[in-house]
Amino acid sequence: MTTEEIHEGLAAILQEVAGNDPAEIQLDKSFANDLDVDSLLLVEVVVAAEERFGVSISEDDLKEGSTVGDLVRSIQGVLAAV
Amino acid sequence: MRAEHAPRRRVVITGSGVISPIGLSTAAFWDSLLAGRSGIRRIESFDVSDLPTQIAAQVRDFDPEQYMPRKVWRRIDPFARYALAAAVEAVEAAKIEFDEELAPRVGVQIGSGYGPSTVQSQVTLGLLEHGPRRVGPFTSAASAIDSAAGEIALRFGAKGPSGAISTACASGTSAIGEAMRWIQYGACDVVLAGGADDSVTRSDIASACSARALSRRNDDPENACRPFDKERDGFIMASGAGVLVLEEAERAMRRGAPILAELVGYGASTDAYHPTAPHPEGAGAQQALRAALADARIDPSEVDYINAHGTSTTLNDRIETLAIRKVFGDHATRVPISSTKSMTGHMIGAAGAVEAIAAVHAIRDGVVPPTVNCFDPEDTELNYVPHTAQQHKVEIAMSNSFGFAGHNAVAIVRAWKP
Repeated sequence: MTTEEIHEGLAAILQEVAGNDPAEIQLDKSFANDLDVDSLLLVEVVVAAEERFGVSISEDDLKEGSTVGDLVRSIQGVLAAV
Repeated sequence: MRAEHAPRRRVVITGSGVISPIGLSTAAFWDSLLAGRSGIRRIESFDVSDLPTQIAAQVRDFDPEQYMPRKVWRRIDPFARYALAAAVEAVEAAKIEFDEELAPRVGVQIGSGYGPSTVQSQVTLGLLEHGPRRVGPFTSAASAIDSAAGEIALRFGAKGPSGAISTACASGTSAIGEAMRWIQYGACDVVLAGGADDSVTRSDIASACSARALSRRNDDPENACRPFDKERDGFIMASGAGVLVLEEAERAMRRGAPILAELVGYGASTDAYHPTAPHPEGAGAQQALRAALADARIDPSEVDYINAHGTSTTLNDRIETLAIRKVFGDHATRVPISSTKSMTGHMIGAAGAVEAIAAVHAIRDGVVPPTVNCFDPEDTELNYVPHTAQQHKVEIAMSNSFGFAGHNAVAIVRAWKP
């Protein structure tokens, strides 16, 4: 799966879960600081991403200030290891 | 006989909000009541084929985005969405702003009987089917009965006391009455008070059916709720919310607030008799009626309108009639008594709140809403306001709520006179 495909999938999830405009969901955006997605809402995003991409993501991979790009890389890393 | 009382802070109502099966604002709700419109329909939001009761009064065409951001409504139960929406309307109507000085003096008290029924069943089903990972991060907050109060406080920055009183079908009235005390005793200057429930769910309908409390007139929804009619066969489950802005009177006058009425009395009691059936002589109901009248410092003969609990169950309507007869004596045959549940169904925790709002409007408009479907009255000497609204000069109105577990609560509102 390409970075673009994962990015698009996350944008759809963020729109659904957090009401973000897909245009603002860029790889360098921080969930907490730029997208108003706090740590609890991020748990919901991660669980939705796990279901969408069929992966299991460790919560340790995502810290305060994590970006959309960090989550994309986590998903890619898990997918590559399969 | 009037005892001497210490002066106490007066409490006025400066705004209201309603989300109901017959209107998504106070104005729409009141118009429907006066027109005698029923909100009862066949349930279409979930499978009812195996339920003895297949009808209810649900909130329809409600769009939460009009009142709150997506991430707020997604994390809370429908009952809390209705409460927040009603609070938004009430605060706008009261033209009140919660600045830094006022915020610590603003309380929130939102009663509910069943609370977040939908969230609770989703959690259970999700846990069984998918395991703990599927239990969402906001579940702890959203599956609690105080979640409506918490979200309202968060929205408006209300930093005084907050919470949820739960007294079954009396919760809305209890919330308003207890909130009045907060202002009277000086704990708050303003309280957003009311009730909310969304109990039109498979589990709540099934449990109320098992308690033999619901009407089974499935083929005739609009005639199913018949308070005080001899052919009544149970109540109709309904969803909704009602919120009032209660405010200390002098403060409301200073800021030139739109004062709708004064909240003058509250009485509460408990039957301590049976989990669902009322006391056979309505002892607890009488006690609450008398307590509210004493609190309002008025004689029963001064009451101009009673918004009855009037659920359309065999027992409630008979015993409420008996209690009114006992407490009001001769005046019982003169005072108009109506059940607006005949149109709204029974909104459980929201009922007392929206019915208090109906009582306020009866005072302001000089008209009392009808009891629809009351064709063959329980007591032929009482004026149950059958079928159509009636013109009456109303200075003092009473709103009754009697719940399962024997919870009784009565509120009294009065035309505002400085």
